[in-house]
Amino acid sequence: MLRMVAKRMLVAVPSLVGVVIVTFLLTRALPGDPAAYFAGPAATKEAIEQIRQKLGLDKPLYVQFVRYVGDLARGDLGNSLTTGQPVADEIKTRLPASAELTLLGLIVAMSIAVPLGILAATRPNSMIDHLCRLIVTAGVSLPVFFTGLILIYVFYYLLGWAPAPLGRLDVFFSPPPQVTGFYLIDSLIAGDGEVFAASLKQLVLPALTLGIFALAPIARMTRASMLAVLASDFVRTARASGLSPATVVITYAFRNAMLPVITTLGMVFSFLLGANVLVEKVFAWPGIGSFAVEALIAADFAPLQGFVLTMAVMYVALNLLIDVLYGIIDPRVRIEA
Amino acid sequence: MRMVPTRHSGARAKPASPESMTTGRGYGFRPSPLSRLGRNDATERKGLTALSHERSASEFAHNTGFAAALRHARYILSENAVTGFAFALFLLIVLAAVVGPYLVPYDPLASDTAAALKPPSAAHWFGTDQLGRDIFSRVVVATRLDFLIAVTSVALVFLMGGLAGVAAGFFGGWTDRVVGRIADTIMAFPLFVLAMGIVAALGNTVENVVLATAIVNFPLYARVARAEANVRREAGFDLAARLCGNGEMRILLAQILPNIMPIMVVQMSLTMGYAILNAAGLSFIGLGVRPPTAEWGIMVAEGAAFMVSGEWWIAFFPGAALMVAVFCFNLLGDGLRDIVDPQRRT
Repeated sequence: MLRMVAKRMLVAVPSLVGVVIVTFLLTRALPGDPAAYFAGPAATKEAIEQIRQKLGLDKPLYVQFVRYVGDLARGDLGNSLTTGQPVADEIKTRLPASAELTLLGLIVAMSIAVPLGILAATRPNSMIDHLCRLIVTAGVSLPVFFTGLILIYVFYYLLGWAPAPLGRLDVFFSPPPQVTGFYLIDSLIAGDGEVFAASLKQLVLPALTLGIFALAPIARMTRASMLAVLASDFVRTARASGLSPATVVITYAFRNAMLPVITTLGMVFSFLLGANVLVEKVFAWPGIGSFAVEALIAADFAPLQGFVLTMAVMYVALNLLIDVLYGIIDPRVRIEA
Repeated sequence: MRMVPTRHSGARAKPASPESMTTGRGYGFRPSPLSRLGRNDATERKGLTALSHERSASEFAHNTGFAAALRHARYILSENAVTGFAFALFLLIVLAAVVGPYLVPYDPLASDTAAALKPPSAAHWFGTDQLGRDIFSRVVVATRLDFLIAVTSVALVFLMGGLAGVAAGFFGGWTDRVVGRIADTIMAFPLFVLAMGIVAALGNTVENVVLATAIVNFPLYARVARAEANVRREAGFDLAARLCGNGEMRILLAQILPNIMPIMVVQMSLTMGYAILNAAGLSFIGLGVRPPTAEWGIMVAEGAAFMVSGEWWIAFFPGAALMVAVFCFNLLGDGLRDIVDPQRRT
């Protein structure tokens, strides 16, 4: 087991190296003068030259790269142009907001998509199968920012059920003392039911938006893989042995059908992390996505680079986690490794 | 273009092949066209047993060629009304992109502050925005730009990813390793995030949005093309071409590439929807298209602030247009795959 994890981690190393090289190239080797960029539009020629030396941009590319990797190793992602604050600190304080939202979105998606896919697979050509087909086809066509806006219109403007889409917490509440950074968990630790309810209210719509977005691929995969498993020999044997339909579907088929679904989660995360940026903009969510969008508008490159790097590292780590999870669920993978 | 041959003989009924599971595209247990397959098998068998017969030759001709492809397409369309609907929708989108700007009732950029923020009415079908611009005209005019972005980025990624993938599958060796490494590196990023980074670094222009969309789709094309080229590298027609003294490059371009084109066309249709979504998402966060240009993503962004005060139509109609276009391309891609690759339909 440990050997498999170690081996899988080694496979992730080239991905990480590639990520670092690409984020480096995005700033340095591209057309345009980064020194002029960092100096700002009003800078004089001497100021630009000074910055060029300060940033080491007069050195050859490989020296710059070594320097960049050194900075990264010390956790230094540079400073934001607009605020002057270190990018790493900003990302660190904003990351929990994004993580809370993304994870809740994934939970919403899984808790709808998996039962839906199973029901559709066990009752082919029934109403629920057609519903599943409709949701899956429509789900991949919905622009995530559009879903979010429609939800805001319906649940905030028309029905008045949801609070204003302005961040993680209503202005009347103060955030709970920070332990994990997740408001839902922190408020529970602090024993503050009101803050818990308030932050949950703020979370529902954005999490639902992300959930609807991620639902389609998961439901589609659950259904397809459930159908394949239900047609297999061991399910037929289990049925012939007189096991109850529930036992066959849940204990026998479901566990085997989950393997391809877990593999798809890698792709789902790729979409989810990207969609997160759009959802954060729609709901004014103070996560790293809206941080990156603000930096984009201000043409501030260091935060953006830090954001791309953070997202990519997280994505590589998530894929690693999925693979390890796969090994835990499916012993065959462990033996092969 | 020969689309149909060789598929009939291998069309075994596969409930859910591993292939359809990994691609996640296979959906639905439609009644498989067994009757048609049976007929074709029968004619083929008849042809094989009576090779000297002249009639058999004409029957072979009957089952191949462009006319047969058309017949097959018509068969699929008549069986699957949804694909026909998607195709009609596609024609409508193309029409809007080509002649839309000449037909719209208002100038998409002309503001009329007296008529600002009016809900949909007979004069303004989709209402007006905060500057009094007619949203219907803007939505129709935007079709051209969105369509153009999607088509060029898909064409670009076909040139980059498709050719790189074919070369990787055909030559193997270090070509394969380099292409594979590039694809892996791109796949290590969440795709939308990478697209954001590329546009921000290269400069905030529409061209760079097209380029970024193409780059993030690169691995998909490279992989499909690689797999398809790989299984064909030692095919009979390659050996024959090699025997005739054709160079490797010529075989690659004249033999392999035309043979994998149908599958690549399906791939292009399937990724077209994603390309539009990606480009619209980028312009929603302020990358690429600048106001006041009419583009669906940016129009949704402009209308977003008015959603909380009840002026839903500003964001709704461009968003709906975007959704319909993506929906159309996805359905069309699935339908095209049914025509080109009947085995994949489950």
